[in-house]
Amino acid sequence: MDRGLIGAGTALPPLTVPVTRTLIVAGAIASRDFQDVHHDAELAEQKGSPDIFMNILTTNGLVGRYVTDFFGEQALLRKVAIRLGAPNYPGDTMVLSGSIGAFDGTTAEVRVVGTNSLGNHVTGTVKVTLPGPARVREAEILPEAGA
Amino acid sequence: MTDELYARLKAYEGQAAAASGVGKDPVNESMIRHWCEAMGDNNAAYAGPDAVAPPTMLQVWTMGGLSGHAGRTAAQDELFALLEGAGFTSVVATDCEQEYLRTLRPGNRITYDAVIECVSERKTTKLGTGYFITTRTDVRADGEPAGTHRFRVLKYAPRAREPKANRPRPVINRDNAGFWEKVAEHRLLIQRCGGCGTLRFPWLPGCGCCGSQDWDTVEASGSGSVFSYVVMHHPPFPAFDPPFAVGLIELAEGVRIVSSVVGVAHDKVRIGMPVELEFTSVDGEFELPVFRVVQGGAD
Repeated sequence: MDRGLIGAGTALPPLTVPVTRTLIVAGAIASRDFQDVHHDAELAEQKGSPDIFMNILTTNGLVGRYVTDFFGEQALLRKVAIRLGAPNYPGDTMVLSGSIGAFDGTTAEVRVVGTNSLGNHVTGTVKVTLPGPARVREAEILPEAGA
Repeated sequence: MTDELYARLKAYEGQAAAASGVGKDPVNESMIRHWCEAMGDNNAAYAGPDAVAPPTMLQVWTMGGLSGHAGRTAAQDELFALLEGAGFTSVVATDCEQEYLRTLRPGNRITYDAVIECVSERKTTKLGTGYFITTRTDVRADGEPAGTHRFRVLKYAPRAREPKANRPRPVINRDNAGFWEKVAEHRLLIQRCGGCGTLRFPWLPGCGCCGSQDWDTVEASGSGSVFSYVVMHHPPFPAFDPPFAVGLIELAEGVRIVSSVVGVAHDKVRIGMPVELEFTSVDGEFELPVFRVVQGGAD
C-alpha cells in the first residue's frame, strides 16, 4: 500500500507490543541471554526487581523490527542506538512510535520512543537506507514542525 | 571527596575486554528463525533460501550463553571483580549502539574484539549508586568487519531498603488503660454508660448521649461487618506496605472500630463483608484487635 513519498517529519504508525512473560523469556533465550532477571521471577525479586524484565537485546530487536516493518524488506538498517529507561515488566504494554528526523533521499534517521505504563522504556535513533524510490507501506505525512 | 575506587577503575579504560573472541555458532538459519519468532518479525528478508540475519542480532552472535564467554580478558574480569568486591554487585544494561557494515548471512563465522572504552565517575541512579561501563565490540564475519557494538552497563549497589520501622504504638492513658489491658488478654471490651446504657467506642470518660461519667463494660462477641473502608496508597509509612485496606468495622453490638481487615487482598475488601475478631501480636510487644474476613465473604 504505497501511499506517498516520505520526508522529515513523517510519522511511523505506532506498534503496540503486549509485554507478555512469554515475550520476555523467548526474547532473552533467542538472544542467548541467560541472566536470571530475564526468566526467573524469584531470583529477580531477590535482586530488588518486582518481576522479570525485558533484556536490552529484545528491545533492540523490536526497535529494528518496528523500523523495517515500515520501510519494507528492502530497507537496510545502518545503525540502531537505544537507551533504556523504565523496565518492561510482564503484563505491561509498550507502544513504539517514531518519526523521521532527517532524510537525504537515501538514508533516513528515525527517532523511536517506546512507552509503557511506567514511562519511556526506550528512546533511540535508527539509520536506515532505502533502496530506489522511497515508497513505504503506510506513510502518514505530518507537517515539518519540530523536525 | 576523592573516589579511590574510580581511579583504579579508570585505569582499565583502553584495555581489551575480549581478545580474538569466537562466536559459538556461525550465523545460522535456526537462530535467525528463533529470533524472528520471538520478535514477531515477519520480514521476508530473514526467511527463505536467501535469508539474511536481522542486523539487530549482531550482539547475539557474540553471546557466551550458559557456558560463558571464552574470549573475555583478565582485564575485564578484574574490572568486574573490583566492582563486585566494593559492593557494586548488580548489573543492568542501559545503552546499546550498533552500526552495521555488512549483511550477515548463514555460514558467516563470527570473531570479535572488545575494548573497555569508558568508566564513568560514580553516579547515583534510581536503582542505586554505581559506575557506567562502556565497551565497544568490533565484530567480524569471515574475517571482514561486519559491525560495531557499543554497550553500556551500570554496575551498581542496589539501593538499600529502609529497615522496616515498628508499627506505631497505642497511646495508653488513664481513660483507655482498661481497654488495652483486656486486649492483651485477647478480649475486646466496649464501654456501656451507667446512666443511659448506651454503648460507646472508643473508650471515653463520659457518655456522649447523657453526659454520665459512670460506666461499665460488655465484651464484644467478635462478630461484625465492614461498614466502610479506605485503601491507603500514599503517603507510604515505613511500618506498612501500601497499598493496604483500613476498615471501619461495625461490631454486632452496634459500635464501630477502625482496624485492619485481614485474610483478603486490599482490593477485595467490600462494604458489608462479614468479619470476625482476632488478635495479632505486633513486634512481639503488644496485641492488636484485627478483623478477618469470614470465608465466603470475599468475592
